[in-house]
Amino acid sequence: MDSMHRPATTSLESRTLSDHLPNGLKVVVQEVHTAPLVSVWCWYRVGSADEETGLTGVSHWVEHMNFKGTINIPREQMKGIVERFGGMWNGYTWIDQTTYLETAGRAALDQMLFIEAERMAYGLYEPAECESERTVIISELQGGDNDPDQLLDTEVTATAFRAHPYGHPTIGWLEDLRSMTRDNLYEYYRRFYIPNNATLVVVGDVDASDVMTRAEKHFASIPEGPVPQRIRATEPEQLGERRVVIEREGTTGYVKTVYRAPAAIEPDFFPMLLLDAILTGAKGVNLWSSFRGVPPQRKARLYTALVEGGLASTVSGAILPTAQPYLYTLSFTVIDGVSLAAVEVAALNEIERVRRAGVEPSEVERARHQLRARLVFDNDSVTNIAHQLGYFETVAGPRFLPSIQRRIDAVTPEQIWDVARRRLGSANRTVGWFRPTGRS
Amino acid sequence: MSSSLAAGLTPVRHTLPNGATVIVQESSATPAVSINAAFLAGSCCDPQGLPGVAYLTSRVVDRGTTHRSADAIAEELDKRGVALRVGTTRHRMIFSSTCLAEDFDDVLELLVEVARWPAFPDAELVKRRAESITSLRQDEDNPSIRAGETLSELLYGPEHPYGRPAKGTVATLERIERAALTKFHADEINPAVLTLVVVGDVGAQKTIDRLCELLDGWTGAPARPIVVPPPAVPAVRRVRQIPMPGKSQTDIAYGFTTIRRLDPRYHAYWVLNNILGQFGLGGRLADNIRERQGMAYYAFSEFKANVGESPLVVRAGVDPKNVDRTIDAIDAEVRDLGLRGPTNVEMDESRAYLIGSIPRLLETNESIAAFLQDCERFDLGLDYDRRLPELLEAVTIDEVRAAAADVLNPERAALAIAGPETPVPKDA
Repeated sequence: MDSMHRPATTSLESRTLSDHLPNGLKVVVQEVHTAPLVSVWCWYRVGSADEETGLTGVSHWVEHMNFKGTINIPREQMKGIVERFGGMWNGYTWIDQTTYLETAGRAALDQMLFIEAERMAYGLYEPAECESERTVIISELQGGDNDPDQLLDTEVTATAFRAHPYGHPTIGWLEDLRSMTRDNLYEYYRRFYIPNNATLVVVGDVDASDVMTRAEKHFASIPEGPVPQRIRATEPEQLGERRVVIEREGTTGYVKTVYRAPAAIEPDFFPMLLLDAILTGAKGVNLWSSFRGVPPQRKARLYTALVEGGLASTVSGAILPTAQPYLYTLSFTVIDGVSLAAVEVAALNEIERVRRAGVEPSEVERARHQLRARLVFDNDSVTNIAHQLGYFETVAGPRFLPSIQRRIDAVTPEQIWDVARRRLGSANRTVGWFRPTGRS
Repeated sequence: MSSSLAAGLTPVRHTLPNGATVIVQESSATPAVSINAAFLAGSCCDPQGLPGVAYLTSRVVDRGTTHRSADAIAEELDKRGVALRVGTTRHRMIFSSTCLAEDFDDVLELLVEVARWPAFPDAELVKRRAESITSLRQDEDNPSIRAGETLSELLYGPEHPYGRPAKGTVATLERIERAALTKFHADEINPAVLTLVVVGDVGAQKTIDRLCELLDGWTGAPARPIVVPPPAVPAVRRVRQIPMPGKSQTDIAYGFTTIRRLDPRYHAYWVLNNILGQFGLGGRLADNIRERQGMAYYAFSEFKANVGESPLVVRAGVDPKNVDRTIDAIDAEVRDLGLRGPTNVEMDESRAYLIGSIPRLLETNESIAAFLQDCERFDLGLDYDRRLPELLEAVTIDEVRAAAADVLNPERAALAIAGPETPVPKDA
């Protein structure tokens, strides 16, 4: 297939190559020769936002099933293929996307591509394996429920959305997980796991043209399918503040205030990203790695007011790049002995202050420098580089990632003030409390 | 890792007259630098009867120096997009940070200043104490942490350096005054017990020269011998349940004490742990508990060898009604591996995995810095990454079988079970 070797886009600086196979699979390769490693990610445009009522959690369950054997890789042989090359593998599902990865020594490239091709087209979905995985996933859900902060996050997110499927948890509601059938899973798998709904990303110590040839060998025989219709609900305008209070056994109080936020491709996204850096410290934009560890936040406004003010032990903020408008989430862990109301009032006072008076140019410069550093830290390994290429290709399109730094640099203090005024009002807010009822 | 590192690390090591050890690994893979400064001053150094001093010291130490206020430090860090992390383990207090290469000189200077001249302002102690108590309260509500801490106590006893609470208790944190922190710093934090590792886009000699300046004039007593008493050899199985009403899932921690890091059998134990609870999704344990029986999202084992006899711990999180079945499955896998040892296929797979994973584990500046700290800590040599494949390749099936026979006996296991119900597990 000659056209494959005529790159649609190349960059000598980053040595990237991208093209489509005839069946519609997009292949993106970046050469990084700093370690004898290669990272392979296969991304699908399907996530929990594609789930209908009664089938919540199906995307994530399908992800689990895709580790349970294919026609040419029996389940018991899945383990060991990349491990023999020192490799790791994993996968995750979120609201817009499902992805699978392997990172291993470069000699394992063919094996990794083979696994991903098998996963795309030849999953077995044995009924007994589906049934066995049901309890594994319910166990995963229950493990999350053990964490009051996560429990509150689920409830607040569900309260913030009325119509859009972003409102239900990616892992699904418990009753849906109990009632879903093997046929539900398999039908969903066949509908979304087609080459023209996927992006293959390969980053590492490889020759880009050679990767293209190998990708063709492994994937070209997989037929394209009808492009799946995706649910595109529009969340109705929020008319007033919403609240949810959970009272359960526990030791610690948690408060969340969430606001309806722009999608990644909306003009408001980058002003919001800088606003979050000013309020809670910059995290970067790598969902796979940015949120591990504490951000630089000691001068951030909400940290100063709440943590230095002795009201909260932790403050965090999250504005994530998503395909459709999602949420800006502010989370607070309440100091032992402090009331939840006091934390909420202090947080909202800070929000009102930024809405009333805007931000200082020096704060914007600090946030900008923080984000510049975080963008470097976001790309410190072949695994992280490959994640970023695939994530933004899937969620926001191929031109988004290279534009991030320029768009951060272009944000003005006035734009930040403007998004604060328009987006952080009470009518756009959902407040959640976890009020512990006793020591467990 | 720069391309030259593909053949192995090339660190430069220098010992200062005051005893501080500096190790620098140049790497231009990214325009960033990681700093990892470890003092031998962890929770093992807590005063008798007052656990939590090391931990609370680490929470306050970076909140103001004799030269700069907490606010000024915050400004210096934040404007560079840098988080300074100070944490404690059983044996070490570690100051670490990753910054852009252009900010390295300033961040290094600040990190040394924080470690060398902390002011421990009273107001900061009050705030960090309240945060720390809240963190302990969160731990009390976390079944995974409760099970893990209870297992440590069962394995070592409540007064042993590895058995007592590393973060202290609410009662002890409330009793710790500023004087305890300043004394801990004066007694335990000094260059004679410091290993400072720098990895990234820097010059080795320039970094060493700069650290000679920054650490000049700071002296302290050499490291005291670290005494970690051997844990009692258990004659029987020990089980403790932690009822946590309102929780959805039960966490199980199941373990044994094993060997010290410097024990010549270390690499055999490493392979053993990989076979039991790491390879693939979680070795034999995950094959049984997750893959075949579908009972748990996670089931694995971990083995982190330290100065003293270290634990090998099995972890699983399960539906409360499956606790008995899960413990039966753990017992079965532990017993089988203990009695029969591994198969030849398992040995080949695990050796290949562990050897093959070395480049991946040494890919980032932070992971290289942590690896070099361990090389120095246990005197493994600066070429340990190059020798490691041979050391793992040399592990025989008989050595792993002997390690398994030594430790994997369900009748001598300790179990901690934290969750919503209080099932009474059967005997092994």
